[in-house]
Amino acid sequence: MEVPRIKGYRRENGRVGIRNHVVILPVDDISNAAAERVGRTIEGTLALPHAYGRLQFGEDLDLFFRTMTGTGANPNVAAAIVIGIEPGWTDRIVQGIAKTGKPVAGFSIERSGDLKTIAEASRKAFEFVQWASELEREECTLNELYVSVKCGESDTTTGLASCPTVGNAIDRLIELKGTASFGETSELTGGEHVVKAKAATPEVGEQFMKVYNEYNEFILQNKVDDLSESQPTKGNIRGGLTTIEEKAFGNIEKLGKKTRFVGCLKPAEAPSGNGLWFMDTSSAAAEALTLWSASGAVMHLFPTGQGNICGNPIMPVIKLSGNPLTCATMSEHIDLDVSGILTGEMDFDQAGERLLNLMVRTANGRLTANEALGHREFVMTKLYRSA
Amino acid sequence: MRDFLIHNSQDNVGVVVRDVKSGEELAGETIDKNNSLRLTAQEDIPLAHKIALRDFKVGDTVIKYGEDIGRVVAAIRAGEHVHVQNLKTKRW
Repeated sequence: MEVPRIKGYRRENGRVGIRNHVVILPVDDISNAAAERVGRTIEGTLALPHAYGRLQFGEDLDLFFRTMTGTGANPNVAAAIVIGIEPGWTDRIVQGIAKTGKPVAGFSIERSGDLKTIAEASRKAFEFVQWASELEREECTLNELYVSVKCGESDTTTGLASCPTVGNAIDRLIELKGTASFGETSELTGGEHVVKAKAATPEVGEQFMKVYNEYNEFILQNKVDDLSESQPTKGNIRGGLTTIEEKAFGNIEKLGKKTRFVGCLKPAEAPSGNGLWFMDTSSAAAEALTLWSASGAVMHLFPTGQGNICGNPIMPVIKLSGNPLTCATMSEHIDLDVSGILTGEMDFDQAGERLLNLMVRTANGRLTANEALGHREFVMTKLYRSA
Repeated sequence: MRDFLIHNSQDNVGVVVRDVKSGEELAGETIDKNNSLRLTAQEDIPLAHKIALRDFKVGDTVIKYGEDIGRVVAAIRAGEHVHVQNLKTKRW
Protein backbone atom coordinates (compact mmCIF):
# COMPACT_ATOMS: atom_id res chain seq x y z
CA MET A 1 0.00 0.00 0.00
CA GLU A 2 1.28 3.45 -0.95
CA VAL A 3 1.76 5.89 1.91
CA PRO A 4 -1.00 8.52 1.74
CA ARG A 5 0.32 12.04 1.20
CA ILE A 6 -0.74 14.91 3.40
CA LYS A 7 -0.03 18.63 3.66
CA GLY A 8 1.56 19.39 7.00
CA TYR A 9 3.80 21.84 8.82
CA ARG A 10 7.35 20.57 9.04
CA ARG A 11 8.79 22.07 12.23
CA GLU A 12 12.33 23.19 12.99
CA ASN A 13 13.21 19.76 14.44
CA GLY A 14 11.81 17.89 11.43
CA ARG A 15 8.61 16.71 13.14
CA VAL A 16 5.34 17.10 11.25
CA GLY A 17 2.34 18.96 12.66
CA ILE A 18 -1.11 19.39 11.13
CA ARG A 19 -2.25 22.48 13.05
CA ASN A 20 -0.50 25.79 13.54
CA HIS A 21 -1.28 26.99 17.07
CA VAL A 22 0.35 29.84 18.96
CA VAL A 23 -0.23 28.79 22.57
CA ILE A 24 -0.19 30.87 25.75
CA LEU A 25 0.86 28.52 28.56
CA PRO A 26 0.35 29.55 32.17
CA VAL A 27 2.93 27.84 34.38
CA ASP A 28 0.59 27.81 37.37
CA ASP A 29 -3.04 28.31 38.36
CA ILE A 30 -2.50 31.92 39.49
CA SER A 31 -1.09 32.90 36.08
CA ASN A 32 -4.24 31.76 34.27
CA ALA A 33 -5.77 35.25 34.40
CA ALA A 34 -2.82 36.89 32.60
CA ALA A 35 -2.53 34.04 30.09
CA GLU A 36 -6.24 34.14 29.27
CA ARG A 37 -6.09 37.95 28.94
CA VAL A 38 -3.27 37.66 26.38
CA GLY A 39 -5.29 34.99 24.58
CA ARG A 40 -8.26 37.35 24.32
CA THR A 41 -6.10 40.32 23.28
CA ILE A 42 -4.31 38.67 20.37
CA GLU A 43 -6.48 36.91 17.78
CA GLY A 44 -5.26 33.48 16.70
CA THR A 45 -3.64 32.56 20.01
CA LEU A 46 -4.82 29.84 22.32
CA ALA A 47 -4.53 30.17 26.10
CA LEU A 48 -4.42 26.87 28.04
CA PRO A 49 -5.50 27.55 31.63
CA HIS A 50 -5.19 24.66 34.10
CA ALA A 51 -5.51 24.02 37.83
CA TYR A 52 -1.97 23.17 38.94
CA GLY A 53 1.74 24.09 38.94
CA ARG A 54 2.29 25.18 42.55
CA LEU A 55 4.18 23.26 45.24
CA GLN A 56 4.19 20.00 43.31
CA PHE A 57 7.17 17.74 44.01
CA GLY A 58 8.85 14.46 43.08
CA GLU A 59 7.39 12.31 40.32
CA ASP A 60 4.27 14.49 40.21
CA LEU A 61 6.42 17.56 39.50
CA ASP A 62 8.36 15.69 36.79
CA LEU A 63 5.06 14.78 35.13
CA PHE A 64 3.91 18.40 35.41
CA PHE A 65 7.02 19.69 33.60
CA ARG A 66 6.82 16.92 31.00
CA THR A 67 3.20 17.85 30.32
CA MET A 68 3.81 21.61 30.06
CA THR A 69 7.00 21.36 28.04
CA GLY A 70 5.61 18.64 25.81
CA THR A 71 2.47 20.64 25.10
CA GLY A 72 4.54 23.61 23.93
CA ALA A 73 6.89 21.33 21.99
CA ASN A 74 4.05 19.51 20.15
CA PRO A 75 4.49 19.81 16.34
CA ASN A 76 0.96 21.24 16.07
CA VAL A 77 2.29 24.29 17.94
CA ALA A 78 4.13 26.91 15.87
CA ALA A 79 5.22 29.11 18.78
CA ALA A 80 4.62 29.42 22.52
CA ILE A 81 4.36 32.11 25.20
CA VAL A 82 4.92 30.93 28.77
CA ILE A 83 3.64 33.01 31.72
CA GLY A 84 4.39 32.10 35.34
CA ILE A 85 4.34 33.77 38.71
CA GLU A 86 8.15 33.61 39.09
CA PRO A 87 10.98 33.26 36.55
CA GLY A 88 12.56 29.94 37.66
CA TRP A 89 9.97 27.36 36.69
CA THR A 90 8.82 29.64 33.83
CA ASP A 91 12.29 29.49 32.31
CA ARG A 92 12.53 25.74 32.85
CA ILE A 93 9.49 25.26 30.61
CA VAL A 94 10.74 27.86 28.09
CA GLN A 95 14.11 26.08 27.80
CA GLY A 96 12.39 22.72 27.35
CA ILE A 97 10.25 24.01 24.50
CA ALA A 98 13.21 25.90 22.95
CA LYS A 99 14.99 22.56 22.33
CA THR A 100 12.61 22.05 19.40
CA GLY A 101 13.96 25.22 17.75
CA LYS A 102 10.54 26.89 17.65
CA PRO A 103 9.99 30.47 18.85
CA VAL A 104 9.18 30.62 22.57
CA ALA A 105 9.23 33.44 25.11
CA GLY A 106 8.69 33.48 28.88
CA PHE A 107 7.24 36.17 31.16
CA SER A 108 6.93 36.24 34.95
CA ILE A 109 4.54 38.31 37.00
CA GLU A 110 6.39 38.99 40.29
CA ARG A 111 8.11 42.42 40.24
CA SER A 112 6.00 43.39 37.18
CA GLY A 113 2.35 42.74 38.01
CA ASP A 114 -0.37 41.42 35.72
CA LEU A 115 -0.80 44.59 33.62
CA LYS A 116 2.80 45.01 32.50
CA THR A 117 3.16 41.24 31.97
CA ILE A 118 0.00 41.12 29.85
CA ALA A 119 1.21 44.06 27.74
CA GLU A 120 4.66 42.59 27.12
CA ALA A 121 3.42 39.03 26.51
CA SER A 122 0.70 40.34 24.16
CA ARG A 123 3.25 42.22 22.09
CA LYS A 124 5.34 39.03 21.74
CA ALA A 125 2.23 36.96 20.96
CA PHE A 126 1.32 39.50 18.28
CA GLU A 127 4.73 38.99 16.67
CA PHE A 128 4.47 35.16 16.89
CA VAL A 129 0.96 35.07 15.42
CA GLN A 130 1.89 37.17 12.41
CA TRP A 131 4.98 35.02 11.84
CA ALA A 132 3.05 31.74 12.21
CA SER A 133 0.28 32.90 9.89
CA GLU A 134 2.75 32.99 7.01
CA LEU A 135 4.03 29.43 7.52
CA GLU A 136 2.94 27.20 4.64
CA ARG A 137 1.90 23.59 4.60
CA GLU A 138 4.19 21.32 2.64
CA GLU A 139 4.01 17.81 1.25
CA CYS A 140 4.47 15.16 3.95
CA THR A 141 3.23 11.59 4.41
CA LEU A 142 0.66 10.12 6.78
CA ASN A 143 3.25 7.87 8.45
CA GLU A 144 5.12 10.96 9.67
CA LEU A 145 2.25 11.73 12.03
CA TYR A 146 2.19 10.43 15.59
CA VAL A 147 -1.38 9.33 16.36
CA SER A 148 -2.94 8.36 19.70
CA VAL A 149 -6.01 6.15 20.27
CA LYS A 150 -8.46 6.01 23.14
CA CYS A 151 -12.19 5.35 23.41
CA GLY A 152 -14.72 7.01 25.71
CA GLU A 153 -18.28 6.55 26.96
CA SER A 154 -18.01 3.10 25.44
CA ASP A 155 -20.88 0.70 25.10
CA THR A 156 -21.09 -2.72 23.51
CA THR A 157 -21.05 -1.14 20.02
CA THR A 158 -17.51 0.19 20.51
CA GLY A 159 -16.20 -3.36 20.85
CA LEU A 160 -18.33 -4.49 17.88
CA ALA A 161 -17.68 -1.61 15.47
CA SER A 162 -15.74 1.59 16.28
CA CYS A 163 -12.80 0.06 18.21
CA PRO A 164 -12.10 -2.65 15.61
CA THR A 165 -12.31 0.09 12.95
CA VAL A 166 -9.52 1.93 14.76
CA GLY A 167 -7.66 -1.40 15.07
CA ASN A 168 -7.94 -1.83 11.31
CA ALA A 169 -6.50 1.67 10.76
CA ILE A 170 -3.70 1.01 13.30
CA ASP A 171 -2.71 -2.19 11.46
CA ARG A 172 -2.45 -0.16 8.23
CA LEU A 173 -0.64 2.77 9.81
CA ILE A 174 1.95 0.61 11.59
CA GLU A 175 2.52 -1.45 8.44
CA LEU A 176 3.37 1.89 6.77
CA LYS A 177 5.94 2.54 9.54
CA GLY A 178 3.77 5.08 11.32
CA THR A 179 3.78 5.88 15.04
CA ALA A 180 0.85 5.41 17.41
CA SER A 181 0.09 5.05 21.11
CA PHE A 182 -2.61 3.43 23.23
CA GLY A 183 -3.01 3.51 27.02
CA GLU A 184 -5.87 3.50 29.58
CA THR A 185 -3.96 1.23 31.95
CA SER A 186 -6.80 0.44 34.37
CA GLU A 187 -9.23 -0.14 31.51
CA LEU A 188 -7.26 -3.15 30.31
CA THR A 189 -8.28 -5.02 33.49
CA GLY A 190 -9.47 -8.51 32.68
CA GLY A 191 -7.70 -8.41 29.32
CA GLU A 192 -4.18 -7.61 30.49
CA HIS A 193 -3.01 -11.09 29.43
CA VAL A 194 -4.25 -10.37 25.90
CA VAL A 195 -2.36 -7.05 25.84
CA LYS A 196 0.78 -8.70 27.20
CA ALA A 197 0.60 -11.24 24.37
CA LYS A 198 0.56 -8.34 21.89
CA ALA A 199 3.97 -7.06 23.03
CA ALA A 200 6.71 -7.24 20.39
CA THR A 201 9.14 -8.93 22.81
CA PRO A 202 8.81 -10.76 26.15
CA GLU A 203 10.69 -7.86 27.82
CA VAL A 204 8.13 -5.32 26.61
CA GLY A 205 5.36 -7.65 27.80
CA GLU A 206 6.92 -7.80 31.27
CA GLN A 207 7.35 -3.99 31.35
CA PHE A 208 3.68 -3.61 30.49
CA MET A 209 2.64 -6.03 33.25
CA LYS A 210 4.73 -4.14 35.81
CA VAL A 211 3.01 -0.84 34.93
CA TYR A 212 -0.38 -2.54 34.82
CA ASN A 213 0.09 -4.24 38.20
CA GLU A 214 1.21 -0.99 39.86
CA TYR A 215 -1.91 0.81 38.63
CA ASN A 216 -4.15 -2.06 39.68
CA GLU A 217 -2.51 -2.13 43.12
CA PHE A 218 -3.27 1.59 43.49
CA ILE A 219 -6.93 0.91 42.66
CA LEU A 220 -7.13 -2.01 45.09
CA GLN A 221 -5.66 0.17 47.85
CA ASN A 222 -8.12 3.03 47.32
CA LYS A 223 -11.35 1.33 46.25
CA VAL A 224 -14.37 1.20 48.53
CA ASP A 225 -16.57 -0.94 46.25
CA ASP A 226 -16.32 -2.74 42.90
CA LEU A 227 -15.96 0.65 41.11
CA SER A 228 -19.22 0.08 39.23
CA GLU A 229 -20.45 3.49 37.90
CA SER A 230 -16.84 4.81 37.96
CA GLN A 231 -15.20 2.10 35.85
CA PRO A 232 -17.33 1.09 33.97
CA THR A 233 -18.96 4.55 34.07
CA LYS A 234 -22.66 5.16 34.55
CA GLY A 235 -22.74 5.96 30.81
CA ASN A 236 -21.04 2.67 29.91
CA ILE A 237 -23.65 0.81 31.97
CA ARG A 238 -26.50 2.70 30.33
CA GLY A 239 -25.00 1.55 27.01
CA GLY A 240 -25.04 -2.11 28.04
CA LEU A 241 -21.50 -2.67 29.36
CA THR A 242 -21.61 -4.49 32.69
CA THR A 243 -18.08 -5.23 33.95
CA ILE A 244 -14.56 -3.82 33.62
CA GLU A 245 -13.50 -7.06 31.91
CA GLU A 246 -16.15 -6.63 29.21
CA LYS A 247 -15.13 -3.00 28.72
CA ALA A 248 -11.46 -3.97 28.47
CA PHE A 249 -12.00 -6.50 25.68
CA GLY A 250 -13.82 -3.87 23.62
CA ASN A 251 -11.04 -1.38 24.31
CA ILE A 252 -8.32 -3.83 23.23
CA GLU A 253 -9.93 -4.13 19.78
CA LYS A 254 -8.25 -0.77 19.00
CA LEU A 255 -4.81 -2.40 19.04
CA GLY A 256 -5.43 -4.13 15.72
CA LYS A 257 -5.12 -7.77 14.77
CA LYS A 258 -1.53 -7.93 13.48
CA THR A 259 0.23 -5.08 15.28
CA ARG A 260 2.63 -5.75 18.18
CA PHE A 261 3.53 -2.88 20.51
CA VAL A 262 7.21 -2.00 20.76
CA GLY A 263 7.58 -0.27 24.14
CA CYS A 264 6.07 1.29 27.24
CA LEU A 265 5.97 5.04 27.87
CA LYS A 266 5.57 6.97 31.09
CA PRO A 267 2.66 9.45 31.09
CA ALA A 268 3.40 12.25 28.57
CA GLU A 269 6.68 10.63 27.47
CA ALA A 270 7.48 10.90 23.75
CA PRO A 271 8.01 7.67 21.76
CA SER A 272 11.65 7.23 20.67
CA GLY A 273 10.82 5.63 17.33
CA ASN A 274 7.99 4.43 15.12
CA GLY A 275 5.57 1.59 15.86
CA LEU A 276 2.77 1.20 18.40
CA TRP A 277 3.54 2.23 22.00
CA PHE A 278 1.73 1.64 25.28
CA MET A 279 1.47 4.72 27.52
CA ASP A 280 0.54 4.55 31.20
CA THR A 281 -2.54 6.82 31.38
CA SER A 282 -5.75 7.11 33.30
CA SER A 283 -8.85 6.22 31.32
CA ALA A 284 -10.51 9.62 31.85
CA ALA A 285 -10.67 11.14 28.36
CA ALA A 286 -9.48 14.72 28.90
CA GLU A 287 -6.61 13.65 31.17
CA ALA A 288 -5.42 10.93 28.79
CA LEU A 289 -5.67 13.11 25.67
CA THR A 290 -3.70 15.88 27.41
CA LEU A 291 -0.95 13.34 28.19
CA TRP A 292 -0.82 12.17 24.59
CA SER A 293 -0.70 15.67 23.10
CA ALA A 294 2.08 16.43 25.61
CA SER A 295 3.95 13.37 24.32
CA GLY A 296 3.82 14.85 20.81
CA ALA A 297 0.75 13.18 19.29
CA VAL A 298 -0.74 15.38 16.55
CA MET A 299 -4.01 13.50 15.92
CA HIS A 300 -6.28 11.34 18.03
CA LEU A 301 -8.69 8.56 17.02
CA PHE A 302 -11.58 8.34 19.49
CA PRO A 303 -14.24 5.62 19.26
CA THR A 304 -17.35 6.33 21.32
CA GLY A 305 -20.55 4.44 21.99
CA GLN A 306 -22.80 6.68 24.08
CA GLY A 307 -21.17 9.91 22.84
CA ASN A 308 -18.18 11.25 24.78
CA ILE A 309 -17.84 14.84 23.57
CA CYS A 310 -14.23 15.33 24.72
CA GLY A 311 -11.73 17.24 22.59
CA ASN A 312 -8.21 18.59 22.99
CA PRO A 313 -6.74 22.05 22.34
CA ILE A 314 -3.60 20.84 20.55
CA MET A 315 -4.63 17.90 18.39
CA PRO A 316 -7.78 17.25 16.35
CA VAL A 317 -9.82 14.35 17.73
CA ILE A 318 -11.55 12.14 15.15
CA LYS A 319 -14.66 10.74 16.80
CA LEU A 320 -16.27 7.59 15.43
CA SER A 321 -19.28 5.64 16.60
CA GLY A 322 -21.04 2.41 15.73
CA ASN A 323 -24.11 3.21 17.82
CA PRO A 324 -26.93 4.24 15.45
CA LEU A 325 -28.80 6.07 18.26
CA THR A 326 -25.72 8.17 19.12
CA CYS A 327 -24.99 8.89 15.45
CA ALA A 328 -28.60 10.07 15.00
CA THR A 329 -29.01 12.10 18.20
CA MET A 330 -25.46 13.55 18.49
CA SER A 331 -24.41 13.82 14.86
CA GLU A 332 -22.50 17.07 15.43
CA HIS A 333 -20.08 15.19 17.69
CA ILE A 334 -19.40 12.25 15.36
CA ASP A 335 -16.91 12.49 12.49
CA LEU A 336 -17.39 8.96 11.20
CA ASP A 337 -20.52 6.81 11.47
CA VAL A 338 -19.62 3.10 11.38
CA SER A 339 -23.02 1.79 12.55
CA GLY A 340 -23.26 -0.04 9.22
CA ILE A 341 -21.01 -2.67 10.79
CA LEU A 342 -23.82 -3.60 13.19
CA THR A 343 -26.34 -4.02 10.40
CA GLY A 344 -23.88 -5.87 8.17
CA GLU A 345 -23.82 -3.12 5.53
CA MET A 346 -20.14 -2.27 6.19
CA ASP A 347 -17.15 -4.50 6.95
CA PHE A 348 -14.03 -3.64 8.98
CA ASP A 349 -11.86 -3.11 5.89
CA GLN A 350 -14.34 -0.63 4.45
CA ALA A 351 -14.63 1.17 7.79
CA GLY A 352 -10.84 1.25 8.21
CA GLU A 353 -10.46 2.66 4.71
CA ARG A 354 -12.96 5.42 5.49
CA LEU A 355 -11.15 6.24 8.71
CA LEU A 356 -7.78 6.44 6.94
CA ASN A 357 -9.33 8.74 4.34
CA LEU A 358 -10.74 10.95 7.11
CA MET A 359 -7.31 11.03 8.79
CA VAL A 360 -5.81 12.39 5.56
CA ARG A 361 -8.54 15.04 5.22
CA THR A 362 -8.15 16.01 8.88
CA ALA A 363 -4.37 16.22 8.50
CA ASN A 364 -4.88 18.50 5.49
CA GLY A 365 -6.89 20.94 7.60
CA ARG A 366 -10.49 19.75 7.78
CA LEU A 367 -11.86 20.69 11.19
CA THR A 368 -13.04 17.76 13.30
CA ALA A 369 -16.31 17.90 15.23
CA ASN A 370 -14.50 18.74 18.48
CA GLU A 371 -12.60 21.58 16.80
CA ALA A 372 -15.70 23.07 15.18
CA LEU A 373 -17.58 22.88 18.50
CA GLY A 374 -14.69 24.34 20.51
CA HIS A 375 -14.03 21.29 22.69
CA ARG A 376 -10.51 22.01 23.94
CA GLU A 377 -10.33 20.21 27.28
CA PHE A 378 -6.84 20.59 28.77
CA VAL A 379 -6.61 18.56 31.97
CA MET A 380 -3.40 17.82 33.82
CA THR A 381 -2.86 14.41 35.40
CA LYS A 382 -1.93 14.92 39.04
CA LEU A 383 -0.38 11.95 40.83
CA TYR A 384 -0.86 13.11 44.46
CA ARG A 385 -1.36 16.14 46.73
CA SER A 386 1.00 19.11 46.58
CA ALA A 387 3.44 19.78 49.40
CA MET B 1 -31.44 -8.86 8.88
CA ARG B 2 -29.84 -9.89 12.15
CA ASP B 3 -31.18 -8.94 15.58
CA PHE B 4 -28.15 -9.80 17.66
CA LEU B 5 -24.42 -10.31 17.16
CA ILE B 6 -21.98 -12.71 18.81
CA HIS B 7 -18.26 -11.84 18.99
CA ASN B 8 -16.92 -15.37 19.21
CA SER B 9 -18.41 -18.83 18.71
CA GLN B 10 -17.48 -19.71 22.34
CA ASP B 11 -19.55 -16.81 23.74
CA ASN B 12 -22.62 -17.50 25.88
CA VAL B 13 -24.06 -13.97 25.44
CA GLY B 14 -24.88 -11.88 22.37
CA VAL B 15 -25.53 -8.14 21.80
CA VAL B 16 -28.86 -6.99 20.38
CA VAL B 17 -28.42 -4.47 17.57
CA ARG B 18 -31.90 -2.93 18.01
CA ASP B 19 -34.42 -2.54 20.84
CA VAL B 20 -36.13 -5.92 21.16
CA LYS B 21 -39.44 -6.80 22.85
CA SER B 22 -40.21 -9.75 25.07
CA GLY B 23 -41.50 -12.69 23.05
CA GLU B 24 -39.85 -11.65 19.78
CA GLU B 25 -38.18 -14.36 17.70
CA LEU B 26 -34.61 -13.20 17.08
CA ALA B 27 -31.93 -14.15 14.57
CA GLY B 28 -28.28 -13.79 15.54
CA GLU B 29 -24.91 -14.56 14.04
CA THR B 30 -21.22 -14.36 14.86
CA ILE B 31 -19.31 -11.36 13.48
CA ASP B 32 -17.45 -13.65 11.06
CA LYS B 33 -20.92 -14.84 9.89
CA ASN B 34 -19.84 -18.50 10.28
CA ASN B 35 -22.39 -19.37 12.97
CA SER B 36 -26.02 -18.41 13.34
CA LEU B 37 -28.59 -18.91 16.08
CA ARG B 38 -32.30 -18.31 16.70
CA LEU B 39 -33.60 -17.28 20.11
CA THR B 40 -36.77 -15.95 21.73
CA ALA B 41 -36.38 -12.76 23.79
CA GLN B 42 -37.74 -13.36 27.31
CA GLU B 43 -37.59 -9.65 28.26
CA ASP B 44 -37.46 -6.26 26.59
CA ILE B 45 -33.77 -5.60 25.87
CA PRO B 46 -32.50 -2.17 24.74
CA LEU B 47 -30.20 -1.63 21.77
CA ALA B 48 -26.59 -2.71 22.47
CA HIS B 49 -27.41 -4.64 25.64
CA LYS B 50 -26.59 -8.31 26.13
CA ILE B 51 -28.90 -11.31 25.70
CA ALA B 52 -28.25 -14.71 27.31
CA LEU B 53 -27.69 -17.45 24.74
CA ARG B 54 -28.22 -20.19 27.32
CA ASP B 55 -29.41 -20.68 30.91
CA PHE B 56 -26.99 -19.63 33.70
CA LYS B 57 -26.95 -20.47 37.39
CA VAL B 58 -25.32 -18.40 40.15
CA GLY B 59 -21.53 -18.69 40.01
CA ASP B 60 -21.36 -19.40 36.26
CA THR B 61 -18.92 -17.44 34.09
CA VAL B 62 -20.14 -15.23 31.27
CA ILE B 63 -18.01 -15.51 28.13
CA LYS B 64 -17.82 -12.71 25.51
CA TYR B 65 -15.00 -12.16 23.00
CA GLY B 66 -14.19 -15.79 23.90
CA GLU B 67 -13.04 -14.46 27.29
CA ASP B 68 -14.24 -14.33 30.92
CA ILE B 69 -16.17 -11.07 31.54
CA GLY B 70 -17.53 -11.84 35.01
CA ARG B 71 -19.60 -14.06 37.30
CA VAL B 72 -23.34 -14.65 37.39
CA VAL B 73 -24.92 -13.40 40.65
CA ALA B 74 -28.59 -14.21 39.87
CA ALA B 75 -29.92 -17.04 37.70
CA ILE B 76 -30.51 -16.16 34.02
CA ARG B 77 -32.61 -17.96 31.40
CA ALA B 78 -31.74 -18.04 27.71
CA GLY B 79 -33.25 -14.95 26.05
CA GLU B 80 -33.08 -12.78 29.17
CA HIS B 81 -31.26 -9.50 29.61
CA VAL B 82 -27.72 -9.90 31.02
CA HIS B 83 -26.58 -6.82 32.90
CA VAL B 84 -25.74 -5.39 36.35
CA GLN B 85 -28.74 -7.16 37.95
CA ASN B 86 -27.24 -10.60 37.29
CA LEU B 87 -23.56 -10.16 36.28
CA LYS B 88 -20.63 -8.78 38.34
CA THR B 89 -16.91 -8.28 37.82
CA LYS B 90 -14.50 -10.88 39.21
CA ARG B 91 -11.74 -8.30 39.50
CA TRP B 92 -12.62 -5.34 41.71
